[in-house]
Amino acid sequence: MSSPTGPPDSPLQAVGLGVRYDRRSVIDDLSVAVPPGSFTVIIGPNACGKSTLLRAAAGLLPASAGTVLLDGRDIALYSAKDTARRLGLLPQGAVSPEGITVAELVARGRYAHQRLLRQWSAADESAVTDALRVTNVADLATRPVDELSGGQRQRVWIAMVLAQQTPLILLDEPTTYLDIAHQIEVLNLLHDLNGQGRTIVAVLHDLNHAARYASNIIAMQDGRIVAQGPPRTTITAELVAEVFGLANVVISDPLTGTPLVVPADTRLPHPVATGASSSSGSRAGSRAEQTI
Amino acid sequence: MSALDVGRRRVVVGIRGLSIVIGLRSALVGAVVALATVFLALLALALGDFPMTLAEVVGVFTGQVDALPRIVVLEWRLPRAIAAVLFGAALAVAGAIFQTVTRNPLASPDIIGLANGSFTGMLVALLMLGGSWPLLTAGSLIGGLVAAVVIYLLAYRGGLHGFRFIVVGIGISAMLASVNTWMLLRVELETALFASAWGAGTLNSVTAATAVPAGICIVVLLALLPLVTPAVRQLDLGDDAASATGVAVGRARLAAIALAVCLVSVVTAVAGPIAFVALAAPQITRRLTRSPGIPFVTTGVVGGALLLGSDLIAQHVVPLTVPVGVVTVVLGGGYLVWLLIHESRRRA
Repeated sequence: MSSPTGPPDSPLQAVGLGVRYDRRSVIDDLSVAVPPGSFTVIIGPNACGKSTLLRAAAGLLPASAGTVLLDGRDIALYSAKDTARRLGLLPQGAVSPEGITVAELVARGRYAHQRLLRQWSAADESAVTDALRVTNVADLATRPVDELSGGQRQRVWIAMVLAQQTPLILLDEPTTYLDIAHQIEVLNLLHDLNGQGRTIVAVLHDLNHAARYASNIIAMQDGRIVAQGPPRTTITAELVAEVFGLANVVISDPLTGTPLVVPADTRLPHPVATGASSSSGSRAGSRAEQTI
Repeated sequence: MSALDVGRRRVVVGIRGLSIVIGLRSALVGAVVALATVFLALLALALGDFPMTLAEVVGVFTGQVDALPRIVVLEWRLPRAIAAVLFGAALAVAGAIFQTVTRNPLASPDIIGLANGSFTGMLVALLMLGGSWPLLTAGSLIGGLVAAVVIYLLAYRGGLHGFRFIVVGIGISAMLASVNTWMLLRVELETALFASAWGAGTLNSVTAATAVPAGICIVVLLALLPLVTPAVRQLDLGDDAASATGVAVGRARLAAIALAVCLVSVVTAVAGPIAFVALAAPQITRRLTRSPGIPFVTTGVVGGALLLGSDLIAQHVVPLTVPVGVVTVVLGGGYLVWLLIHESRRRA
C-alpha cells in the first residue's frame, strides 16, 4: 500500500484529512502528527473543528478525504476492538447508566480486552484496580456514579479510559464544567499519566492551562491548523489575536515562566452610585482593597 | 469470586481461562420469577372446561393418569402455556433490545409500528390472497419486517438516533393503523371479527401446529442473544464512549435490532400484535434487579411470566374469554401511566 507517511514514530497523525458533517466540510486537507510521549493540547475558538479532529483521529468519524494513521497504519483498517486497545478516548457527553457503581463503570473500559466467553480475567481485575488507584477513586469503588461530585465523576471516567490500558489517550474537554480546583486536579492527573509514558492529546479551552501543562500545542481556526509547537513559541499575543480575535498581552507566568494570556480589554466594574443601599455602597468603595 | 468489590454482588464463573459474570440479584430475581412461572403453568394446565387438580396435572407428567386427562393437558393446554411463556420472553427481550439501543424506555416494538406493520401484512394476505394460515403468517412476518426497514431508513441520518427512531416509528405506526382500519371496514363482518381478534393479540388460536415452529424459531433466536449482548450493553455509555471502548456501534446496533425485529415478527405472525409486554417487562425487570441497564435474560423470564399470567386472566378471570392482548393492554396501560408520572416527577 502506498499510503502517505509522516514521522514514522508518531503514534497518531492525520494526513490530508478531510471530515464532513452531512455535506458541510468541517476539516479540509489537514495534516498533523502527535509527537510520541507528548502532552499535546488542541486549542482554538468554538466550532473551529477541535472536537471533530479529535473524534476523527479516534476513528469515530469517517474521513471524507485523506487518512488518520494510528501507529503508522490507516485507522480504518483496524477493527473497533483493535483500535480501542491502542487508543483510548474520553468523549464529551458520555452517559453513566442509572445506578451503575464506580467500579462497574471503570470495568466497562475493559470491553476491548474481553471476549464472549472471557468476560472477566485477572488482567481485567488488575487493570481496573490500578485505574481506580491512579485516579484516586478506589475509596469510591462501590458508590453509585450518580451520587458523585462533578470532579469525582470526571476522575472516574478517566479511570475507565485508563482501564483500557492504551499507550495513547485522547480527551475532549476533560475540564469543562469543573471548578478551578478540580480542573487543576484533572490536569495534574493527566500530567502524571504523561510522566508515566502515555501520550496525551486533549482539547482544552483555557489557554493558560494549555500553556502550563502542554508540551505541544496545536492551534486551530476554521478547520485548519495555524500553529503547532511548544507553548513558549506557539502561544503568542499575535496568535491569540489572530485565532480568537482577542486583543491581549502575553506575559510570563510568575510561577512557571510559561506564557500567560491576559486580555487587553481592561474594563472594570461600574462604580455603584452612592446613596444606594449601604451594603452595596461599601462594596463599591472598598474595590481597591478587594483586589488584594 | 473476584476480589474486586464493585458494590454489587456478582459471581465470576470460570474454568480454563473462560469466564462469565453473573449478577447475583438479577439471577435471584430470575430464579424466583421462573418458579412463579412454573406455578402459573401448572394452573394453566389445570384450569378450563375440564377442571383438574394440580396433583392430577403433575400425575400426567409422571405417567399415572388415563387417556383423557393426558390429551387435555398435553395436547390442548400445554402448547398454549408454552407458547405464552416463549412468546412473552421473546417480546420482552425484543423490548429490552429496543430500549437499550435507543436509550429510551418508551421504545418498544408495539409503539414504533412493528405490530401495526405485521397486522397490515396479515390483513393484506387475508383480504387479497385468501388467507390460509401459512399465508397469514408469511404476510404478518413480511409486514413487520418491511415496517422495520422503512422506519430504519427514514430515521437513519448519518447514524441512528434513538429519539428520531421512536418518533418516526410512532408516525409510521399511526399511518398503518389507519390503513388497517380502512381495510377492516371494507370486508364482511365475519372476516372483520376474526381479523380484529387477531389484531388485539390472542393465544386462542394457538395449537401445537403453530406453536412448535414458532417456538423453535424463538429458541434459536434467543440462543443468538449472547452474541449481541456485550456490545449492546456497552451502548449504555453513549455512542461515542461505546465506540471508543471498542464497539463497532453501527453494526452492533443493526444486528441487535434485526434480532429484536425477528423475535417480534415470529410472535406476531402466530398470536397477533400482543401489546405492552415488550414495553413493560424490561422496565419492571430493571426496577426489580436494580441493575444498571436492562438485564436481558431476567427480562425474558419476567416477560414469560407476564404473558402467561395475562393469558390466565384472559381465559379464566374475566367473565368471557377475551384476547390476551386486551389484558396486557389494560395492565400495560396502567403501567405506562405510572411510568410517565414517575418520569415527569423525577425530571421536575
